[in-house]
Amino acid sequence: MIKPDRVVSTTCPYCGVGCNLQLHVKDETIFKVTSPFDAVVNQGNLCVKGRFGYDYVYHPKRVTIPLIRKSPQKPGERTQAFNRDEWREASWDEALDYVADRLVEIYNRDGSEAMAVYCCAKATNEDNYLLQKMFRALFRTNNVDHCTRLCHAGSVVALQQAIGSSAMSNTASEVIHNDVMIVTGTNTTENHPIIALQMKKAVREHGAKMIVVDPRRIELVDFAELWLPLKPGTNVPVFSAMAHVIVKEDLVNWDFVNERTEGIDEFIASLEKFTPEFAESISGVPADDIRVAARLYANAKNGAIYWGMGISQLSHGTASALALVHLAFLTGHIGRKGTGLNPLRGQNNVQGASDMGAMPYHYPGYMLVSDEENARKWETAWGVERGGLSRKLGLTTTEILSHAHPGGVRALYIMGENPMMSEPNLNETRNHMQNLEFLVAQDLFINESGAFADVFLPAVPFAEKDGTFTNTDRRVQRVRKAHEPRGDSRPDWQIICDLAQRIESRLGAAPVKWDYASPEEVLAEIGSIVPEYRGVTYERISETGLQVPVWDESHLGTPFLFAETFPRGRGRFIPLDYVPADERPDDEYPFILTTGRLLEHWHGGTMTRHSDLDKLYPEARVEIHPADAELHGVRDGMAVQVSSRRGEVVLRANVTEKTTVGVVFIPWHFHEAAANLLTNDALDPQAKIPEFKACAVQVFPAREDELPNADVKMERGRY
Amino acid sequence: MADEITLNIDGQEVSVEPDTTLLDAAKQIGVDIPTICWHEATTANGLCRICVVEVEGQRTLQPSCIVKAGAGMQVQTRSERVIRARKTILEMLASTMDLSEAPEILSMMEEYGALAERFPEAERREIEVKDDNPMFLRDYEKCLLCWRCVQVCAEDAQYTYAINFSGRGYETEISTFFDGPLPATTCVFCGQCVGVCPTGALKPKREFLLEQGVSPEEISVMSSGRKKRRKR
Repeated sequence: MIKPDRVVSTTCPYCGVGCNLQLHVKDETIFKVTSPFDAVVNQGNLCVKGRFGYDYVYHPKRVTIPLIRKSPQKPGERTQAFNRDEWREASWDEALDYVADRLVEIYNRDGSEAMAVYCCAKATNEDNYLLQKMFRALFRTNNVDHCTRLCHAGSVVALQQAIGSSAMSNTASEVIHNDVMIVTGTNTTENHPIIALQMKKAVREHGAKMIVVDPRRIELVDFAELWLPLKPGTNVPVFSAMAHVIVKEDLVNWDFVNERTEGIDEFIASLEKFTPEFAESISGVPADDIRVAARLYANAKNGAIYWGMGISQLSHGTASALALVHLAFLTGHIGRKGTGLNPLRGQNNVQGASDMGAMPYHYPGYMLVSDEENARKWETAWGVERGGLSRKLGLTTTEILSHAHPGGVRALYIMGENPMMSEPNLNETRNHMQNLEFLVAQDLFINESGAFADVFLPAVPFAEKDGTFTNTDRRVQRVRKAHEPRGDSRPDWQIICDLAQRIESRLGAAPVKWDYASPEEVLAEIGSIVPEYRGVTYERISETGLQVPVWDESHLGTPFLFAETFPRGRGRFIPLDYVPADERPDDEYPFILTTGRLLEHWHGGTMTRHSDLDKLYPEARVEIHPADAELHGVRDGMAVQVSSRRGEVVLRANVTEKTTVGVVFIPWHFHEAAANLLTNDALDPQAKIPEFKACAVQVFPAREDELPNADVKMERGRY
Repeated sequence: MADEITLNIDGQEVSVEPDTTLLDAAKQIGVDIPTICWHEATTANGLCRICVVEVEGQRTLQPSCIVKAGAGMQVQTRSERVIRARKTILEMLASTMDLSEAPEILSMMEEYGALAERFPEAERREIEVKDDNPMFLRDYEKCLLCWRCVQVCAEDAQYTYAINFSGRGYETEISTFFDGPLPATTCVFCGQCVGVCPTGALKPKREFLLEQGVSPEEISVMSSGRKKRRKR
């Protein structure tokens, strides 16, 4: 039995649930993770990633000393260097001076438009605040974004348009107060496992009824009253048909609609075409099931909607999310405990990184950059001369890379993200990465993106730094250092502040504050300018996190939003049209590919592929329905090639009824068979989110020796 | 409140809400009853019987974790009969299983003067350590069959149903369907079971390896088999 030297309370670094962890440390190594049973977020429960997935911290491939590429990289000829012998070790002084020299050289030559940064939804609020501050205050650019663009941008834009705020409206623990819940476009048991436990409990113990709307037969279907297996990309007709039924059968909550919303007449007129039969003809969902679902939700006492990327990651992601918002408006299932519109945020701190202004249109606190008053507010706060900050909207994540050419973006700084796995149409992404003039990676491992970099700055994982994460239900929670950084690695906030000072002295700019004593001081600065964070202090969240908005030091936080009013005043109905997916199956590419995640892995795999989690699920598999498999000569476990118009991968088939006829599914965690080589880079016109959830592919049997790692096989009973 | 129930525990009057267990009623007046299988996160089952108390008029000792308070009950939590029962339960546990990593039970034995060697003839459970997955080990010699792991795998948390009791009587063991390896079951490796195990029977693999003297560096090397990259 090991007696821990100390037990450190912190917050899980994986999904947006924000489980409370206790790290048991002996001899500067975590040997066990537990969770307190009175934790409000997770009641002592964890998933496999939270409980066992911390071992990447100690992986021998972790980079713990600054690295500089041995051979100088030229735009257009940039290569990936995965091997350490392609890099030389450097001191922090050398590496940071080099980064500062190159960034300032490019900025002085090409101006702010040439500079861009990816912030990081895995890093702390403080890290993200400082990084966007560096690029905005020093390089005067709003080319600041992060992976929120690739995950819930559609939901964020929809909620901003209809409501004026873009977070989960209610608290995850309110799930047990729902009597009817719509769960759509989220495989919650794998991606927000602890919220899924609450959903299961709501059904089994409290008699709640669950409606699953998803092209895959996800595990929650076992708990559902109703499963509507729609074709990927047909959310708008299905949910609009539900609205149609609610109106036609007079199940509308008129008090709510009259008091709290606007635009109902035009909206009702727009619903005329969305009959359940029309929706059935497009989505494949039986019209009568749509009717039953509409009645169930409309007649609920407390109805709630939970959604994930299956709604937002479409070229009409904004419209899909609006279709859900309309249902809540029509029925009044929002603004009360146990109701609400709940986009389940993916990353541990995607809510926080967004709150911190790691986005091209907004300063921290969602203050629009093009608004003169906002710009002046931040100029005053940071000590930048009047008119100094850019009023121009910046480029989004995907746009930053597509602008990587002479006259466009020349220098890119990536903190902890991996666009070479997470962007759609990776062959195109590769071209863009190669065209950069200067690339900095600040990360733990040389991942697919960092391998392109000129300089690698070794940062630290969650266990080696202090800070805060804001989870999916807006709860700001503490992250605490369990032990010292390995090797020469440094916390992100320290790297950023050190680098910013070097850049500042080269620019000869008026001094901006960078000499923070601790992340606590950074959060205090945030709170002094961002009203929603004003009442959040390290002292107040020491035991239990507070849910923003926290308006002042005595405010207790906001468990659910919109009780009295919506931020924009009245909720706005926005009539919709059905726009099909950008690429639809045809004779040549007969399947719809949809992508997603697995319980055992995390996104681009930088963490989990360097963990024993990889032993639990070591290879990518494509899910294909038995009927399709038979038709195409595919057997379970056999190698197949999946190709789209953009790329191809070879991987094993998983013949399973978890997917539906005509739809195949590939998780996007595996670089050996990267699903995003296949996906379509068509964007939602408003949210600029790519269409990860639907593209056309073909599937053919392949030879075993074409597999990237034929000796690796996933053998698990449950999959 | 009108519908409160008044009873007497160890000579003290206490009034509680209906449906309060004797264990919770005792807690309200600061009377500590020992527990082993009971856990705040699982449904009480009265399996281990260490929490038994003497209720006047009842023939047998009553497990306080499940018996509800009744009006006028006279309860003794430390009568001679209760103490003897607890001592015997502890001695029987110690006679068949490995309690070396259950410090709370070991201190209970000390408190009750329980003798580990009370039943020298008892057959000790000898079960090979199950090391069938990358996340945790199952050493059922240390298992006292408290059922917490089964409960959190089922309705008390996870709804996954990967493990349950197998066998009867002395042969009872926590097992998977047909005793198959965990990766072959519905197990999601959430480790809720590890989190509630009171005896170290379920243990993270990393903790186990460190105990065995394997250095953190060696463990990391063991895990670092990176698969080859796709050539372009």
